[in-house]
Amino acid sequence: MSKTIDLDLVRHIGKLSRIALSEQEVGTFAAQLAGILEYFGKLQELDTEGVEPMAHAVQLHNVLADDVPGESLTPEQALANAPDRDGDFFKVPKVIGDSQ
Amino acid sequence: MTAILDLSAVELRDAISRGELSAVEAARAYLAAIEKTEPQVQAFNEVHADRALGRAAQIDADRAAGKPPGPLAGVPLAVKDNLCMTHGRTTCSSKMLADFRAPYTATAVAKLEDAGAVILGKTNLDEFAMGSSTENSGFRPTRNPWDLSRVPGGSSGGSAAAVAARQCAAALGSDTGGSIRQPAAFCGIVGLKPTYGRVSRFGLVAYGSSLDQIGPLTRDVTDAALLTRAIAGHDERDSTSVPRDVPDYLASVDKPIEGLRVGLPGEFFSDALDAEIGAAIRAAAGAYESAGAKLVDVSLPHSRIDRDADGKLSSYAVACYYIVAMAEASSNLARYDGVHYGHRTAGKVEDIVELFSRSRAEGFGPEVKRRIMLGSYTLSAGYYDAYYNKALKVRRLIQNDFDRAFEACDVILAPASPTPAFRLGEKTSDPLTMYLADIYTISVNLAGLPGLTVPAALGRDGLPIGMQLIGPVFSEETLFRAARMYEQAGGVRRLTPPAMAP
Repeated sequence: MSKTIDLDLVRHIGKLSRIALSEQEVGTFAAQLAGILEYFGKLQELDTEGVEPMAHAVQLHNVLADDVPGESLTPEQALANAPDRDGDFFKVPKVIGDSQ
Repeated sequence: MTAILDLSAVELRDAISRGELSAVEAARAYLAAIEKTEPQVQAFNEVHADRALGRAAQIDADRAAGKPPGPLAGVPLAVKDNLCMTHGRTTCSSKMLADFRAPYTATAVAKLEDAGAVILGKTNLDEFAMGSSTENSGFRPTRNPWDLSRVPGGSSGGSAAAVAARQCAAALGSDTGGSIRQPAAFCGIVGLKPTYGRVSRFGLVAYGSSLDQIGPLTRDVTDAALLTRAIAGHDERDSTSVPRDVPDYLASVDKPIEGLRVGLPGEFFSDALDAEIGAAIRAAAGAYESAGAKLVDVSLPHSRIDRDADGKLSSYAVACYYIVAMAEASSNLARYDGVHYGHRTAGKVEDIVELFSRSRAEGFGPEVKRRIMLGSYTLSAGYYDAYYNKALKVRRLIQNDFDRAFEACDVILAPASPTPAFRLGEKTSDPLTMYLADIYTISVNLAGLPGLTVPAALGRDGLPIGMQLIGPVFSEETLFRAARMYEQAGGVRRLTPPAMAP
């Protein structure tokens, strides 16, 4: 499965990933990602018909905890690393803008 | 003072517990060593000198007051900087977290401190543990103490270099695809990736959650047994940690294994392997045979390593691993949004999506961006089955291969890396070439197995060559005993880089 990556696709993946890309990055990543995806395509050679996908190596059954409140971070601890805050809230720019 | 740096963690602990040496003297000796060699090696992101001396003084005071010393009493250790500590910063060597102060301490680190260890500081890594040379650090590359023009391996390169350079008695690292075992091999030390679930991941900054494990980097096998015993065990704050008793690895480490069956996977010994490394591993196999072990041919077809037409190393396991790891990374690293913690762009933004996108663009380095983007892509509609789901199926085939191999052998003997330590800059221009540095270690993470790297030999260029012992899940005790057999059968032990010798 040789996959060509055009510049628009890289811009699209950048958007999906919420990473703003410069035009120079778009060009560099297009070449690099194409090479890596081609390598990934190697797996298509393998017959995996009927094989159960394995997301985790160690089988664990449902791990349940008692439904009792435990220790958690105080608002002050949770906000200590916040780039911006307003009282006990994380502060962000306007979310619902005129442009939406 | 120099004699202190010669002691292993076990010997230090014994000397301090018996009162022959104070914890403060040990901490001072290591802090002085850091001061001396750090300008060349650059293993540390942060050294916590005052806190270390304070903790050491407390251990000495406790001993004087008759309190029984812990199993790591006064042993000076270093911790990879993707393990949270409430003291100092936890940066993951990323500009994204350059000023991040964790609100809690990782369980593995807390357990070491409870056992009496003295943490000297936090070590450098490839940004968010993504890399195989520590050159992806957002701050600076770490150098290999054996040859300062070479990399220490990665991503736990800071921890491996610090142990090899005698800047600490031992260290903690994390291993998602080889990040403990490959740098241990490059630096001539011992490194264990425990069974998935053996050690709590609470407080380890997540990269690939189904693959990540915390483990020790030490000077010899006995020290690895000591540290693993201290950090292993169930933790209710990590639901993937397994409730299972932790054996006293230290008590059994010197007992040879009668009738040990050592498996040699033919797929790892193709002409893709560096000739000198192949010879060193075969010599180690010979040493096992002389010690009474039985050599068995085993097969790991889906981990097979070849060279393709243009000379590049080729392996299904590498493709499988990077698809799984990048998919998990793209999800895990979505948390860095410039809102809750971490870097926020100072530029003017129109809306919140631009705030996310600009903050992430400025905070992440190129390798982290590549992995997030590839993960987003392979998980996106239309490609999920072709890449991610396909990789999960191949992952099962890889595990099945190991299950079959362990019917015929107790441990698998394998290389730890395709080459000895390479030069800085040698692999940075092509990301795929760098990925192939993990080719002998990644299948172990995919299958959730424990893997132990120990020094096998010193090579022609004066660079250490590592070998890897792989066992079934929860066979750490067997791995330590088997590795100790090699140390005792004439294997190399406690190598010291000439430039770092006292």
